Amino acid sequence: MGSWRHALESRRVLAVLLIAPAVVFMALVVGVPFVWAIYLSFTDAIGGSLSGRWVGFDNFVNAWHDDNFRRALRNTLVFTLASQAIVVVGAAVLSNFLVRDFRGKWIVRFLVVLPWAAPVVLSTIAWLWLLDSLYSVTNWTLARLHLDNAIVWLLGAVHVEEGAQVPLQWLGRPNLALLAITIVHAWRILPFAVVIFIAGRASIPTEVEDASKIDGATGLKKLWYVDVPLQLPIALVAVLFGIVFTAADFGVVYILTHGGPFNSTQVLPTWAYAIGIDSGSLGEGAAISLFLFPLLIVVSVAMLFFARRAQVS
Amino acid sequence: MTRRERLTTYAVVVPFAIFLAFPFYFALVTMFKTNLDLANVEHSPYLYNDVEGHFHWDFWNYATTEHIRFLFEDTNYPRWLVNTLIVGGAVVGITLLLAMPAGYALARLAGGWGQGAGIAIFLVYLVPPTLLFLPLSRLITQLDLKDSLWALILVYPSFTVPFATWLLMGFFKTIPQELEDAALIDGASRLKALFLIILPISLPGILTVVIFTFSLCVNEFIYAFTFISTSEQRTVSAGIPNDLIRGDVFFWQSLMAAVLIPTIPLALLYNAFLDRFIKGFTGGAFR
Repeated sequence: MGSWRHALESRRVLAVLLIAPAVVFMALVVGVPFVWAIYLSFTDAIGGSLSGRWVGFDNFVNAWHDDNFRRALRNTLVFTLASQAIVVVGAAVLSNFLVRDFRGKWIVRFLVVLPWAAPVVLSTIAWLWLLDSLYSVTNWTLARLHLDNAIVWLLGAVHVEEGAQVPLQWLGRPNLALLAITIVHAWRILPFAVVIFIAGRASIPTEVEDASKIDGATGLKKLWYVDVPLQLPIALVAVLFGIVFTAADFGVVYILTHGGPFNSTQVLPTWAYAIGIDSGSLGEGAAISLFLFPLLIVVSVAMLFFARRAQVS
Repeated sequence: MTRRERLTTYAVVVPFAIFLAFPFYFALVTMFKTNLDLANVEHSPYLYNDVEGHFHWDFWNYATTEHIRFLFEDTNYPRWLVNTLIVGGAVVGITLLLAMPAGYALARLAGGWGQGAGIAIFLVYLVPPTLLFLPLSRLITQLDLKDSLWALILVYPSFTVPFATWLLMGFFKTIPQELEDAALIDGASRLKALFLIILPISLPGILTVVIFTFSLCVNEFIYAFTFISTSEQRTVSAGIPNDLIRGDVFFWQSLMAAVLIPTIPLALLYNAFLDRFIKGFTGGAFR
């Protein structure tokens, strides 16, 4: 009993004892299925079984030669990069103004945070209603403002969607659907990025602000030489998050388009679901979802790098 | 702020707020619409109209709550809300049990490798469910947990534990070490110091973790969607798109009510705890 109590007083022993349950649990519910997913991707396992015949890289090769897979891969990259580009610009602008003191700030903040607080699938259903082809408020408003034909013309002119007609089928035409999904992703990630950007600004010591004033750095110059470098690490964390949560998201595409029309908006998660669950090719489904892995590695390494840099400075 | 600065602030902030909140505002309008009003494309979708499409100032006489009644009386929605509360509550409990000791140890006891281990645990949070749902779905079937809330209670901590450990590590770091040292000098054991000194002070932080962990559970879709196929056992995120959208038939008003009812309390809680969340979230790596 005595030595037992003594051991609990030792930092090292106590630390290991306290951390162990969480680590063991994560190893079981994340580590095991993850290794299993890798194993499955090299087998011809079908729905209803947990193993299969070893087929080497066949699943990866088959997936790669499938046009739908390639489109899913491309869409995943496009959604992720395009939506995060919008998020970065939007968050940089909005956070810049939200740190000011103005009347009605609390209500603005409440409204801005809404998309983040709402469960993703539910807010996506709200978007489904906004983008409905027949009853949508979007088309009704555009028609009343006499902008609908202008938009149809514009979409044709920039070769986004040729041959579109009024009322616009936002989710029924391939490129319009890609656009709509990108906007919904940007919309739902933006509040989180804004909040993190604001935290990043707050972390800049006031001495820096004073010093740059004395040195005569103002406006764009201050933005480029002082604000951007100081906020970069924390802003990048927001971006890396946005990348992971957009690239790995299943709900938004599934709710808005089910991957359609004609598989034109499939992404890796929905395609993995279609192959792995709907068609029951467990092995190939696992292989498809594993194509997300290189992306995650890159993001994780970047995250580690910036976390360390932020520590040093 | 000068007058001009104030004007530019509103000119930027208001359009953003409208864009971000519009889907919810429109959901609010829709949930009280009558079928005739909704289905007539000539009628303004922003207002409640009479049969001819005219707006009257006593607009509540042209709106209806029948679709909310439908949602609560003729669908499994109340059941999904209860299921969501059960799963969320159980997962929050498991998560705190595992993450509180780990977060504390990483912040205080682990020394140099604490930071590295903290980031490693955080990276686990980045392993997305879309990578794991295929083997897990087979595993759940094999354990005979398919169509059971237990499947979700077992699997959800896989992303809530790393998330909560990270947040709690951030919170524990903000508590001054001296408080603990004083207790230790006074002869308290480490565990006693933890329970009597650290826990009471970290209560706001722990509450923040409770709320955001719960919200992660409400948000989760692919597991709930894959593991559970009976309507009565679903959570809100999986139940609403499955049961209230039947092929080409959309129960729009009921759908919008179903969307707003969980969203509003979550949004209020987020706003109340946002600053604390950011402190914990960024406190882990950036001080």
